[in-house]
Order: sequence, then C-alpha cells, then structure tokens
Amino acid sequence: MKSLRKPIYATAAYNTVSLGTGRKEFHPKKPRPGIEHYITEAGRGALAQINDAANIDEGVIANFMAPRFNRQGNLPALMPLIDATLEYKPLVSVEGACGSGGLGLTTAAKSILSDMADTVLTVGFEVQNTVKAIYGADILGGAGHYASQRKSGHAYFFPAKFSDRAGAAYEKFGYDKVREAMARWYERAVLNARECPKAQEHHNSTEDLLATGMTKPNGKTFCDYINVYDCSKVSDGGSAVVFASEEGLSKLGVDKKDAVELLGFGQVVADISKDPEDQTKLTTSARAAKAAMEMAGIKPSDIGMLEVHDCFTIGGILSLEAIGICGYGEAFDFVREGGTAPTGAMPTNLSGGLVGYGHYTGGTGVRQAADIVMQFTGKPDGQKLVQDANKPYGLMVSMGGNDRTVVSCVFKRAS
Amino acid sequence: MELQTLETQSNGRELWMDLDARLENVAVLGAAGKMGSGIALLLAQEMARQKIASGGDKSYVLTLMDVDQGALTGLMSYLRAQLTKLGEKSTIALRAAYADRADLVENGEIINAFVEDALSFCRPTTSLEAIKGSTLIFEAIIEDKNIKLDVLKKIDALCPDAYYLTNTSSIPIGVIDKGVPLNGRIIGYHFYNPPAVQKLLELISPEGVKPELVEAGQELAGKLRKKVFLANDIAGFIGNGHFMRDILHATSEVKKLAQDAGEAEAAYMMNRVSQEFMIRPMGIFQLIDYVGIDVCRFIMNVMTEHIEGETLSDDLLNRMAEAGVMGGQHADGSQKDGFLKYEGGRPAGIYDLSKGGYVMFADGDWAATLDKKLGSLPDGHAPWRALLMDPKKDEKLEVYFGNLANSGALGSNLAKAYLVRSREIGEKLVSDGVANSADDVNGVMMNGFYHLYGPINKHVDLMVDAVR
Repeated sequence: MKSLRKPIYATAAYNTVSLGTGRKEFHPKKPRPGIEHYITEAGRGALAQINDAANIDEGVIANFMAPRFNRQGNLPALMPLIDATLEYKPLVSVEGACGSGGLGLTTAAKSILSDMADTVLTVGFEVQNTVKAIYGADILGGAGHYASQRKSGHAYFFPAKFSDRAGAAYEKFGYDKVREAMARWYERAVLNARECPKAQEHHNSTEDLLATGMTKPNGKTFCDYINVYDCSKVSDGGSAVVFASEEGLSKLGVDKKDAVELLGFGQVVADISKDPEDQTKLTTSARAAKAAMEMAGIKPSDIGMLEVHDCFTIGGILSLEAIGICGYGEAFDFVREGGTAPTGAMPTNLSGGLVGYGHYTGGTGVRQAADIVMQFTGKPDGQKLVQDANKPYGLMVSMGGNDRTVVSCVFKRAS
Repeated sequence: MELQTLETQSNGRELWMDLDARLENVAVLGAAGKMGSGIALLLAQEMARQKIASGGDKSYVLTLMDVDQGALTGLMSYLRAQLTKLGEKSTIALRAAYADRADLVENGEIINAFVEDALSFCRPTTSLEAIKGSTLIFEAIIEDKNIKLDVLKKIDALCPDAYYLTNTSSIPIGVIDKGVPLNGRIIGYHFYNPPAVQKLLELISPEGVKPELVEAGQELAGKLRKKVFLANDIAGFIGNGHFMRDILHATSEVKKLAQDAGEAEAAYMMNRVSQEFMIRPMGIFQLIDYVGIDVCRFIMNVMTEHIEGETLSDDLLNRMAEAGVMGGQHADGSQKDGFLKYEGGRPAGIYDLSKGGYVMFADGDWAATLDKKLGSLPDGHAPWRALLMDPKKDEKLEVYFGNLANSGALGSNLAKAYLVRSREIGEKLVSDGVANSADDVNGVMMNGFYHLYGPINKHVDLMVDAVR
C-alpha cells in the first residue's frame, strides 16, 4: 500500500506509571497491582477522554508474556473489565514480543481501513515484576528462537544479544566513542524521565549520570560489553490509545485538535532463527521505518521527534541510523553531542524512552504512540514539548526481539 | 581430582589424602544449630562446585548430624533457600557448567538442577553411626568440653583417619586433642556468626597438630572465601579474648555510673558510648544480646578455667541470666530481647533488673536526660554505617578522634577510657602469645566484629594522658 486509503486519527492517549526498581513506591517484597489494574487504568484513562465508551467499535490488547509472567491467557476477554460496553464486541490480542504494542496499533489501523470499525481502543501492558530478573530473562528470552538459541544463550539472554551488538560497534567505531555515546544515551534518558512523574527513573537522583553510564562492563557478573545502565529496567505498566476514522472521531465527540493523524506505517518481520546480518545495523527496523515514511510521503529530515525502541542504549543509537537520521557510524557522535536532547536536532524519547520511562514490554509500542499523541496535541503529561512548525511529524519504532518483529508509524501533529 | 594416598611405614600406617579428596565425604556435627547450619551451607556450596567441576564423576556426601530432628528439617529448608539464592547469583557460571546437559535450557531449570544436585548429597541424620566414612568433620555442637569430648570419642572410633575442625570459640584445642585423643588431627576453625556471611575465620593450631591439616584448613578457607587469622591455642583466642574483656570493662563502668544514675540507666549510657562515641556497629550490650548473655557467661567460664591467674566473671551478666533474660536469636535469625528490648530489630528499651522489666526509650524523658548528661558527640562524628564504605574513612576517623580526645563531655571521657582499655586488652593478647601480632588482633576485630579501626591504634595515644 502506497498510502492510507482514508485518514486515521489517534487520540485519547493514556500511560500508567511504569512501576519497578527505582520508583519510590516499589518494593519487591510487597504486594503490587496485577495485570487487571494496568489494563483497566490505561483503558479507562483513554475512555475518559471520549464521550461514551459505548462508541468504541473494537478493541485490541497487546502483550508479550502474560501466560508466563502472570499465568493468564485469553487476553481479549480481559478487555471488558475496562468497561462493560466492550463485552460482546470484536476484541483481539496481538503478540510480537516487545513489538506487540506496535502490532496492536497496526491491527487497529487495519480494522479501520477495512471499514469494519470506525473506532478502536488499543491497550498494551506487561506486568513483569512477578518473578526475579534471572527468571524474567528466561521469559523474555522467548523473543529469541528457543530451539536454536536459548541453550547456547546467556543467562541474561537479551542483554547479551545487544551486548554483542555493542561489542561489534566497539570494534568497528572505537570503544571510547561508542561507550561514551551509550553513557550519554543513559544520561539523557534519565534527565528526560526526571521531568516525567510517571517515569520509572523519575526519582533517580544520581548526580553524575555520565559516570554511572560509563560503568565498565563486567562479563563475570553481567554481560561482556554492556552494563546494567545500558538496559531498560523490568517494568509493570500499561498504555492505551484510540484510533478512529474521520467519522469515528465525530462519533467519539473528539475535536481534531485533540487528535493526531496516522500517515503511514510499516510492519516488517525477519526470520527469528537467523542472526542479524550485521551486528552494527538494525536492518529490519530500517525497512519498517522506510515503509512507514514512504506511506506517509515524508523523509527523515521532515521528522520533528522520535520514539525509538531503546531496550538497550546501543539499540536506541543504532535506531537513529536505521531511520536515516544519521548516516552509518555517525549516530555515536550525534548522541554524544546532544542531538537527541529536547533542544537537539532530533528530540528523541521525550518521556525517557525504555531506559528512562520504563519498558513494560508488550505495552511499550502503545506507550510510544501515546507519547506522540500527547506531544502533538499539547498535553505532554510530563514530556518536554517540542514545537517545530516546519517538522510536524513524529516517527516511532516498536521492535520485537533482536530486530525481528518491527512496526514503525508516522504521525502528524494535530492541525 | 585424583584421590591421593600416601602410605608411610616408618611411623606405622598413616593415611594422607588431599583436601579435595577429603571434601568428598564431610560431616557437620551440630549441623542444625546457628553456627552449624551456616557451616553446612558453606560446605554444601563448595562441594556442589566441586561436584559440577568433576563433571559428575565423583560422588559426594555431606552428613548433617544434629540431635534435633525438627531442626534438621528446618536446616534442609534453609539449605534449599540459600542454595537457590546462590544459584540465582551464579547463573552465568552455572550455564557454562551445565552446558553439556541438553535437557537443561532455561535459567530456572539450571538453577533448580544445581540446587537438587547439591541437596542430593546432603544427608540429615540424628545418628552418629551415619558419620562413618567421613574424612573431614566439622564440630559445632554445644560449647561444653565434656559433651564435645564424649561425642568426638564416639566418632573417632568410627572415623579413625578423619580430620577434625572444631568451631569452639573458647575451649583450647589442645584440651580436646588430648582429651579424645586425636593425636594432632584437630584444629580450631572458628567461624563468626553468621558463618555464611562473615569473612573472618580464626584458625587455631594446637601443639602437635599435623601440619598438613593446618595447610588443608588454610586451603579450604580460600575455597570458602574466608579471611584467615591465625590465633594461638589459648582459651578465648583473639576474638573472644578481646570481646569478653571488653564486656568486663563496660560492666565495671556501669557499676560506677549506676551509683548516681541507676543500673539500667548506666547500661543505656555505656551502650550509647560504645556505639556512637566509639563509632562501632552496635553498642556493647546490643552485641552481648546478639551473641547471647548465657553464651558470653559460658565463654567467660571456659576462659577462667583455662587461663591461670585471671577470673572472667560478671555480676551483671549473672544477675540477668538468673532473671531469665538471655538474648540470643530466634530460629528465624531475629533478635531476642536481652539487655535491650527490640522492636523491628532495633533497640527500643532496656532491661531494668530492679523493676523486673523493660523501660522503653520513648517513655518519659529519661533517655533524653541521659543523652544530655553524656553531652554532644564531638565534631567530625559520622555514624558507623556512613564511614564503613567511605574511602576517606581513616582521615575522618583521625579528625574525629582528635576532637574526641579534646572533648570534656562525659560521653567522650567514657569513650576515651574505653578505647584506652580496649588497646590494653589487645596489647595483652599479643604479649600473652594469643595473637602473633597487633595486626592479627586488629584484623580479627575489624573483620569479625566489623570495627572500623583496630583496638591497637595510634589515636589512643592522644587519650592515654586524659584518661590517667
């Protein structure tokens, strides 16, 4: 599809707190809210911004591993907990590892494009603090290929996958530059998160974030080429957003100034059993972003803000090259020089991203879209507003696994 | 790890095995007790490491003997929980160790296999007979010479070639060696509580000990990641040799202060002086509670019995014991009330023998009045916890002790006298030949008691005149 056959709008965005270590209210040994809490808080937070929940035609619920983290399957049937009017409606769940949220968005968009629905509520969530991190690593390892990769994989399976990418980047572009860029990414993530009350790193008061980010990796206790600050944390949270056609928007009683337009998306999947072609490139992400921009009819230089999938700092940096913001090998200097700061050339992850806001895996893609909606409708919920009239586009990349299941969306600021 | 045997005919038949071979069949006596359970855990961990390293070629046995069947059940739960924690912390290494096991894929499966592997060689028992075949025997039973001798005699008949490592904290090892007799097959191997956490190990070699046993003890300490300090075979050794006399100083000060303030009040003051003015991890009476009032009395009795010309006994401790107030710890490791009453693990009151009950710090203003009487802490004071990891700890202590020396407050004066006495005790341990050097005394107090500074230190020079 070259372009969308009819306009789709995104509105009624809502994010819950991203709960986990670092938040003052988090205590690993005390009882915490369960999946129902996050699904209903996020869903109701969205529905409160429309005239009547009954006007929602369909629902999509995005999640990665509730059957293991929470022993819960049949997720569509949890959506009526949000509002009784959702019962007996077409509700569906989607899963594509950490790219589940992105799949939720494209599923909603396709329902609208097919004329089957005018309004779709998408909720994404994950509640992962139910197990210790060492066991959570097993569960999240499901985003890789169990049969061919898990046995030979690391105790911290995914961190090690991105550690390998960092190691390859050290070798190719020089340790000092790459290491510092990763530390700067961490610093920027926390600085943005400090502004955002719901972010997991909101309470982080470390004075010298760069020094913390520069902590030397130790393969004996963690991974060979990344430290724990290079990683997004274990998070519980949920997000929601409503997609609507032009008619749907009227039905919901939402003014266009409170909505952003989805101009294009790319949904690209690579073979899970294969290793990356080049550890220093996110080739699947590049294809997804290219497809989304082509559909939207824009180029990288038109983009005013980014939401990238920095499950690890190296992943965030490589995304900049995958999208085309920087040339190959140039993103490290771009990040070191503050290019991704709110005042930089390409404001990125303004609520902190996965490293700063938190990463409730299956819900993160929805959180990214929600952040863009809030940013572009002037209701930033803790994000620093970036207003560049010449660059009215926001692009997000939602990535599952090691650059395997990827969705990219382009949104346009409300008119 | 080939089993090495060496037979020598000259002095009759003697069997020598290397440490790794001995670690294939180990026993812990008193395994379900406070110290025994920690020692059992350390051994189970080390034996599990060796078992994995051997590729499963060797069989291991860790006999866990205790008279209390119920406590043994608790021990097995404790071992399972602790081994699981160890597995969770060591998963990177475990994945490599179990790389050949195709059936073990996820971390959870690997950790579980490790725990089951380790528990599979742990044999809880109440029967002495079960120890037959053990080549390395750790003794951590009740601190009573006659009971120890009786048990060890029975076991020696079953295990004539075994090496013994006793955890006694006070009884001279030579007394046990001769009493059984073991002919040099025993060393003192004094862990600190809790053994799984505390880094310090006092190794005591009695006269006539087999040198290879001392070497094995040193080697094992390395495997268990313990820091060894050598002490000579004089009752109490270094740790308790210092601690018990430290207690006696505190109680003698209580006696003096009590004339004005009242006994409970005096104990409150000395506890505060020893913790805050001296920047120790806990006050002296809290430490007595931690060890147990009855345990302290027992150690003092043993020391008195074996050290000529010195009687270690304390009227205050004896009266507390008579009143049935014992301190020590509950089975779950939480602190029992003793001199102090604990709420949420923190001292909240102090026992008043004259009232037969606790007076709480928060009731009335008595504690505040005593604090005022002690005076404010000298400038430069920082709590023990704050200084513990401070890289400038030594500089900061130097400044603080300088100010303490110049302070005329009651609390400062009591601290100065205490520090001077503490150094005297340390120096006497060296001159009496209990410790080989001041460094050993300081090392034991710093590693075993978590003092920030050893008792034998230059800061005390500033205080000697003032105290005199």
